[in-house]
Amino acid sequence: MEHALIPPAEIAILGIPGMVLALLIPVVGIAAFGYIIARRLIPLAKGASDPRFDRFPTRIKQVLLYWLAQYKQPRYRLAGILHIVIFIGFLILAIRSTSLVIIGFSPDFVFPGLDGTAGTVYGVLKDYAATAVFIACIVAGVRRGFFKPQRYSVPAKYGTEHTWEAIFVLGLIGGLMVFEGLFEATAVAAQAQQGAAAELIAPLSLAWFFSVLLGQAPVAALQGLHTTAYFLHDAIFFFFLCYLPFGKHFHVISSIFNVVFSKLDRGRIKPVQWGVSDEELDNLESFGVRYVEDFTWKHMLDFYTCVDCGRCSDNCPANTVGRPLSPRFISIKARDEMFDRFPVLGEIKPREPLIDRVFEQDAIWSCTTCGACEEECPVMNEYIDKIVDLRRAMVEAGQVPQSLQKPLGALEKRGNPYGKTEKKRQEWTQSLPEEIQVRVAGSKDQPATLYFPDSATSFDERLQDIARSSATILHYCGEDFGILGKAERDSGHEVRRFGEEMLFQTLRDANTQAIDKSGAERVVTSDPHAFNALTKDYSEVPPAQHMSQYILDKIQSGVIKLKPMQEEASVVTYHDPCYMGRHNLLYDTPRQVLDAIPGLTRVEMERSRDRSFCCGGGGLMLYYEPPEEEERMGQKRARMIGETGADLVVSCCPFCLTNLEDGIKTSGYEGQIRIMDLTELVARHLDWDARQA
Amino acid sequence: MSRQIFAYIEHTDGAVEDSAFELIKVAEGIDSQAQVTALLFGSGQELEDACQHAASIYPQVWKVDKQEHSYPNAELIRPQLVNLVPSDAVVLTPFDTFGMDLTPGLAIKLDSAHVSDIVGLDGVDGDTLKAVRQEHGGQVHTHVHCDISGGAVLSVRGGVFPAAEAGQEGAVTDKTADAGEAQAGRTFKEIREAEVGEVDITKEDILVSIGRGIEEEDNVEIAQELAEAMGGVVSCSRPVVDAKWMEKSRQVGTSGMTVKPKIYLAMGISGSFQHMGGVKGNPFIVAVNKNANAPIFQVAHVGVVEDMLEFAPVLTEKIQEMK
Amino acid sequence: MNILVCVKRVPDPAENEIEINSDGSDIEREDLVYSVNEWDNYAVEEAIQIRDQHGGSVTVVSVGEEESEEILRREMAMGADQGILVSDDAFEGADGRGIATILKAVAENGDYDLILTGAQSDEGAAQIGGMLAAMLNQPYASLVNEIQVQGGTKLEVGREIEGGNQEVSEIELPCVLSIQSGINEPRYVGIRGIRKVSGVEIPEKEASDLGLSEDQVGEKAARVKRVDYFHPEMGEGAEILEGGTEEVAEKLVELLKSKGGMK
Repeated sequence: MEHALIPPAEIAILGIPGMVLALLIPVVGIAAFGYIIARRLIPLAKGASDPRFDRFPTRIKQVLLYWLAQYKQPRYRLAGILHIVIFIGFLILAIRSTSLVIIGFSPDFVFPGLDGTAGTVYGVLKDYAATAVFIACIVAGVRRGFFKPQRYSVPAKYGTEHTWEAIFVLGLIGGLMVFEGLFEATAVAAQAQQGAAAELIAPLSLAWFFSVLLGQAPVAALQGLHTTAYFLHDAIFFFFLCYLPFGKHFHVISSIFNVVFSKLDRGRIKPVQWGVSDEELDNLESFGVRYVEDFTWKHMLDFYTCVDCGRCSDNCPANTVGRPLSPRFISIKARDEMFDRFPVLGEIKPREPLIDRVFEQDAIWSCTTCGACEEECPVMNEYIDKIVDLRRAMVEAGQVPQSLQKPLGALEKRGNPYGKTEKKRQEWTQSLPEEIQVRVAGSKDQPATLYFPDSATSFDERLQDIARSSATILHYCGEDFGILGKAERDSGHEVRRFGEEMLFQTLRDANTQAIDKSGAERVVTSDPHAFNALTKDYSEVPPAQHMSQYILDKIQSGVIKLKPMQEEASVVTYHDPCYMGRHNLLYDTPRQVLDAIPGLTRVEMERSRDRSFCCGGGGLMLYYEPPEEEERMGQKRARMIGETGADLVVSCCPFCLTNLEDGIKTSGYEGQIRIMDLTELVARHLDWDARQA
Repeated sequence: MSRQIFAYIEHTDGAVEDSAFELIKVAEGIDSQAQVTALLFGSGQELEDACQHAASIYPQVWKVDKQEHSYPNAELIRPQLVNLVPSDAVVLTPFDTFGMDLTPGLAIKLDSAHVSDIVGLDGVDGDTLKAVRQEHGGQVHTHVHCDISGGAVLSVRGGVFPAAEAGQEGAVTDKTADAGEAQAGRTFKEIREAEVGEVDITKEDILVSIGRGIEEEDNVEIAQELAEAMGGVVSCSRPVVDAKWMEKSRQVGTSGMTVKPKIYLAMGISGSFQHMGGVKGNPFIVAVNKNANAPIFQVAHVGVVEDMLEFAPVLTEKIQEMK
Repeated sequence: MNILVCVKRVPDPAENEIEINSDGSDIEREDLVYSVNEWDNYAVEEAIQIRDQHGGSVTVVSVGEEESEEILRREMAMGADQGILVSDDAFEGADGRGIATILKAVAENGDYDLILTGAQSDEGAAQIGGMLAAMLNQPYASLVNEIQVQGGTKLEVGREIEGGNQEVSEIELPCVLSIQSGINEPRYVGIRGIRKVSGVEIPEKEASDLGLSEDQVGEKAARVKRVDYFHPEMGEGAEILEGGTEEVAEKLVELLKSKGGMK
């Protein structure tokens, strides 16, 4: 084939034949890359097991949706668009990049299938792709360097700013686009000067602009530029490849694996160790994560893949209110720990505990397990399981904050965090009207349905209203229901998530036995945490439903008839509890219940559904005292409610009710905004006259 | 038969502590005929003045004047007491941080019976002293019988027994020589004073005091609102400080601050003596507690049997309404 | 340093409502949960911290019934190296002096540099530590809220005294200290920790093992006996305000103004 300029393969650079150089660079580059990756895999080989090879069809769908379609990216619009452009650009340019490498030592190489029209079409496509990437890099660079969005900032205690690294990489990518464009543009300019048939350059693309600029340049200059551009592109390409595993751009390679092996089950907590049954737990040497190699290989892969984008921390309610938790830095610091202890060059360093060195204790205790971070992460990183694992190790070492020790002790002794006697668990039934009898299930009385209020709803005076409302609704529906009464124990949902696995198992086993004895065929609860526990943490119990699901069923089947809106409220808004929404995807059910009340005007908060803002947490989290906090999460959320102009907010979780009620009082909305549980609202709207007995 | 009864007297700045006025009443309750001897350890003019003060209450005062006693060290005082006091005597002391340090060991060295924290006396029946104590943080009272045939060391809770009037003209005897020399394995170094926070509860007239009944740190706000409405400040009992919900400078009690307010509103406080021991000056005491058996109701003037978390906001509202 | 910590199993003050039984002979024990006496727990934590810093061992001992073994195990799960249960029917009815005599025998059986007790327990007598020290002829400090080890021969200790102040002294080893709450932040003991030590042997000592007889320490030797439990007549107690919450609050506001001088 005729070349307007001498191809790089046939030119000598400082005496070395271009072909040799063009072979050497990739060979060295790939070898180095291979070595680096091998070294990077060492800690993963030491990591705990993590079964991620099941449900392959689902996993493929995850890759198509989250990796290929970049589904989560647009949640931050500008950054999302920029990234999608660069990502798609990379995919399109993959072929061109490969071709370029080979052209270096085989100048006539054409990528299989891309001769003729296909090649021309691809050529135009890749020109526009490169241009788009180039523009995106500039915009991104200016945005990072000049506008400095808040979520990228690095608080002093976590180290120094990462801005220069980001701009450097954008520079590298931009450079690749420029040199690829120049390589092509110089050839085309030379072709045009020589009167030969010019290759098609997409009009108005970067390469096109270069070709226009260089149109009249002397051949020698064109030649020099052509060769230089090639080898610079080659060198940058392989430098970049080897640079990737040293920072946040590792995700360029690892993200597809991260997504294919991502966690498929919402709301579940990993066992102490995969493959170790509950009975075998006593044999384990240690629980949880003390050293970085105690993490599972997938969690380690998460650390490598973290993009340092800060979207997680930006949405973390604990972070927002000033607690010392930043999920982003859990990943980055763990990654840095891995880089440090398992270096590419040098010896593996001996292990040291993570707590009090890499992670602050209070940072780990601050997490409410709301799942906003996991929902947001574009590369599907997990956080909750890691926090639980870190907590497990701290519990084992006795490093539990004093404020939590008391409720944990009470849970152990009395089966509830309040320390109240078991008998008082059913006191809430005493102030129900006479017609509503709440039976206590047992060997002599086996109702079909068990209502499981859990501890907060049973003992807290305000929350007992939820139990009474639920009982009223069940009674209205003619349900054959009962409660466990003093045989009920705390579901243990937060106990498990706070790392006290064995106490959780004690509670779970006691409840499982009691539920079994009750003879119930199904369980309903008004507490999403209990609901989550019964459906995800417990295995030998009958199917469970949240009251909102039960109510919707009965509305749709015509059993529940509702009166028109009775409350003195002009606008109603709904707050998604974390354990209804993000963890169980029950976004619509409660909304449909609300919409079934005639005359109820409902608005959405800006942060709703999967972007709902955690109220502050439930169970043991109510007792935790963070060392610093600018305000309570409940207060922040109350102000978000205020912004909708709603005067009534409805939720369906006892903890949301508690936290938001407090938040409303302390952020100055007392008297302006009321809060009710869904069961309370529905109970007040039951049309007793229309009821079919 | 007249017993020998001794009362250990604590003193500061040349005056005896309140306990001195109470111990003599306790002695009377044990044996109205007994000649009670006050025991004072100290040094120099301060001791001299204190002894004079003691002599206005007790018929007999023994003093032990040594430089080493300028700050009372129970480890030094105990062996010297053993030298002075006959082993079958009854020795009364206050139940405070010094008393706790002194009396158990003293009882052993004197081979006497030991009863601490006495809150009531039902007299002596032959060799059996009948006393009243409390257990389980003051939730229950007990009757206790003590065999005092071989002597007894009894520590008495402050502020429970009535105070005697001064009016004696007792004799002061210097017993320094008889006390003898003592070696102690413990040497006093210094006092480190507690830091005063921004609020000085010892100077406030109205105190809203909270205890375990507050349940969580968040609820402290409820008390603060009430205190504000009343024109006072929030103080607390020990558990609240142990839980780090309030600073130590807010703690009322024998190991906390001594307060002399006009109104003391005790909410969710059981009323243990260690706490009430910090409340002086006979304020108007109101108790709010959901446990009708809480000891606080014995010392309060007015009581409300309700959950303080429910009652406090209602009270705050009423105060604001009725201003 | 070899440290002996005396611990007692008591009804948990936070999780029980103490009631008196029908004839006043005891408190109602049916529904009670028990745990290690809070002050003793602080003492064990302190002992563990001293051992971790300066070496040695921590032994926990309890005089009680078989059930006391569970709290010894819990303190061992916390970090104590060994436990001793002292149990014998002969000890029934022992008063404070009796208990201290028993503990003295335990202490003399071992070689301890430091003995710790809690400042007080459910009976509120605050006497065991002081008695034990006198019996062993060792120096004593009560209500200790800070310990600094100074070489192998003495300690600097802070005592919590009135006004929230701290009295600092130097005390020679071996000695006995009673520990005040708040001296440290006791570590958490989880169920797993307790299960880990469930198989460890805890030797049980009886009266004969310690060279003690019933006459020395049991009921017969006791000079102080609790006769009954009771609730005193309210008598001069508070005037309880009656009525609904709002009504009571209003009455109280009136009283605060008239009797308390609130404006």
